[in-house]
Amino acid sequence: MSDMSYVRSEMLPERAPPASSVGLVGWMRANLFSGAVNSILTIASLVLIYMVLAAILPWIFSPTWNGTSQNECREIVGSGHHAACWGVINDRWEQLLFGFYPNGSEGGADQRWRPIVAFALLFVAVTPVLFSMISRRMNWVLLLAVLGLTGLYLGGAVGLILGLALLGAAAFVGFKALSTDKEARAAEIEAGAKRLPNPLIFSAIYPFIAPWLLWGGTVWLPIAAALGFVIGYYAFVFIARALGSLVGIIGAVVIAIVWWLFLTSGFANLMDSILPISLEAVESRKFGGFMLSITIGVVAIACSLPIGIVLALGRQSDLMIVKALCVGFIEFIRGVPLITLLFVASTLLNIFMPPGTNFDIILRVLIMVTLFASAYMAETIRGGLAALPRGQYEAADALGLDYWKAQRLIIMPQALKISIPGIVSNFIGVFKDTTLVSIIGLLDPLGLSNAIRADQAWNGLVWELYGFIALLFFVFCFSMSRYSMYLERRLRTDHR
Amino acid sequence: MKKSAFLGALTVASIAASAAVAQDASTLDQVKERGKLNCGVATGVPGFAAPDANGRWEGFDVSVCRAVAAAVLGDSDAVEFIPTTGKTRFTALASGEIDMLARNTTWTFSRDVDLKFEFVGVNYYDGQGFMVPKEMGVTSAKELDGATVCIQTGTTTELNLADFFRANDMSYEPVPIETNAEAQQQYLAGACDVYTTDASGLAATRSTFEDPSSSVILPEIISKEPLGPLVRHGDNNWGDVVRWTLNALISSEELDITSTNVGEMSAAAGDNPEINRLLGTEGNLGEMLGLDAEWAKRAIMANGNYGEIFAKTIGEATPIGLARGLNAQWTDGGLLYSPPFR
Repeated sequence: MSDMSYVRSEMLPERAPPASSVGLVGWMRANLFSGAVNSILTIASLVLIYMVLAAILPWIFSPTWNGTSQNECREIVGSGHHAACWGVINDRWEQLLFGFYPNGSEGGADQRWRPIVAFALLFVAVTPVLFSMISRRMNWVLLLAVLGLTGLYLGGAVGLILGLALLGAAAFVGFKALSTDKEARAAEIEAGAKRLPNPLIFSAIYPFIAPWLLWGGTVWLPIAAALGFVIGYYAFVFIARALGSLVGIIGAVVIAIVWWLFLTSGFANLMDSILPISLEAVESRKFGGFMLSITIGVVAIACSLPIGIVLALGRQSDLMIVKALCVGFIEFIRGVPLITLLFVASTLLNIFMPPGTNFDIILRVLIMVTLFASAYMAETIRGGLAALPRGQYEAADALGLDYWKAQRLIIMPQALKISIPGIVSNFIGVFKDTTLVSIIGLLDPLGLSNAIRADQAWNGLVWELYGFIALLFFVFCFSMSRYSMYLERRLRTDHR
Repeated sequence: MKKSAFLGALTVASIAASAAVAQDASTLDQVKERGKLNCGVATGVPGFAAPDANGRWEGFDVSVCRAVAAAVLGDSDAVEFIPTTGKTRFTALASGEIDMLARNTTWTFSRDVDLKFEFVGVNYYDGQGFMVPKEMGVTSAKELDGATVCIQTGTTTELNLADFFRANDMSYEPVPIETNAEAQQQYLAGACDVYTTDASGLAATRSTFEDPSSSVILPEIISKEPLGPLVRHGDNNWGDVVRWTLNALISSEELDITSTNVGEMSAAAGDNPEINRLLGTEGNLGEMLGLDAEWAKRAIMANGNYGEIFAKTIGEATPIGLARGLNAQWTDGGLLYSPPFR
């Protein structure tokens, strides 16, 4: 062994990286100060951010939550300072959320629990449709919990007992669901344990519960409306057996429509006289604020997707009349601004219909917004259909599937997946478009902000109200956007 | 083909017939049957119509609706307030969605004649004015040559402004704005030298400023804006009901009938025959209208007489602080002059 070697014969131990390239310092060097230009830009940005925050934050964090008028806010803040007057939100947030929904101030009970319950149940109803990660049993826990809390809120002996029973059931099911994992549960079911009913059943009946909760009146009207579907279904089964499926469909539709148009109210009145169960009726005129926006938005979103799918398929159809109708509808609706349709709904329809007809203004608006959203939805879905390779259609034909089966099993799942970003941005657009109803005199949040400013105590406040409204809209739209990204990840089948 | 055409014609005819039948039922009967008065109001004008935190509508115009409801239905709360915008108000009235419109609407020739409405009277005499910052040192609208003016687009105020400046051979630069709230922001930010709108609106706006005395309202009033409730053409009886309810409010102030003493005065016939006729202790004026004898008493009890309503909603004791001015009784030098109850 020579001691003259200048080639190292053993490995040096690893040393920690220099302090300037790891941790916060390293990150800052790599990302913020990697060169002279970047350093200057970073410092300039920091200064800009500081200036913006220094201007906005003192305005936002002002101790005016309890101010009862603009002048009182000014006194609290002191002269010379410019700060937000949050007293207006404290005074009016309930109005911004519920509009004129009966709150007990004009006699009668506070009815605002009904929109809240309808909103909570909406989440229970859409959960099994939107998310696959929540188990069937947890969904029932949610439903029982919501109903139980409602019972407790309503109070009274019956409400108390019912509420506690429902909450108990929820706790029991929830405990069981948490205590058994997936495999154990699968084994139980294998061994003959009864599964809970599919939560989609509740999703299906929710469209009849929600209007009853919101508008009130007798419970038999939504039941009668739901019966129309049952009657139509059985009519289809019987007629189709005797005369074939096409006649069956036509007969079922006619019978159901006759039921809805002529017999529903009679049936509801009859049953109501036998067993009166009803909520205090609330007129559409009392709807306002975010409740109105959400009602219009949810209905338009929920109805526009199926109608849009049908229209998109119709537009691609080989049947000439169907195609002409669909193209005509889509192009007409898309060629007209939404506000024009709303004006038609609010004023023109009134002039065309015989005087004295009471066609609910909110219903008219709902129909118009839904039609508008459907036309856009149809084009979005047609984009998805067009993006599918021709081979998929041919493969479906080769398998011997008929048109509807091919659409249901092969075409639609792929086409809808492709169109998810477009569909969700349509949804977001429709939800924001609901603010246009303020132009026809419905008091949505924006309309209410004007009405609130007409109170001399709050006259002149703009940023506080708009900021609050923008924040709530942001919450809804941002959640929808995040959901669409979740859905895309979940449905991604390519192995990227 | 012929058969379907015949059926189609039959359908149209029957719809038209049913429409005609429905039209025949008078508005008064419809309101009584419905048990509620559908009254069109503004979506929010300070002092004139606005919902409070509980959603109850309050204001000067709203009080007229409540008085009519009290006279016809006996309950000043039996009103369905239907908010209307400047764009929807006339179609809402023409189509029958509302029974009357009380939404500070200026009585003009074309609205009365061409749009087929009937203005039943004037409940507020307004006029267009100017507001300028005090530091400008302007004391008259005639000194506004070359000023930038904040003006709401699509209103009569825009036309009045053009007329005024042309008549006085002056120039101005308009800053078009959409709403009163926007105008306040622009004016306070100095985007315009002058803000012009109805004088009542200027006063309401100025009173919300941090320092109201920093702005002055110029003395010139450049237009006539008689604001009043209106109904549809063609149902004169209903028009009479609304007109004479408004007149009852005005007359009762002249006759010193207030919401506090109306009960006592209507208990028995007094010395003043006009009071007796108005309050139904003498004669049958209510019957002529198709109402009962105590209609005017209920209308006055709802919110008080005209003066009380004024003082409560827009008068000098309120934050809006409007003086009676033109809206004083004719005996006090104003324009309010109700025809006699005889």
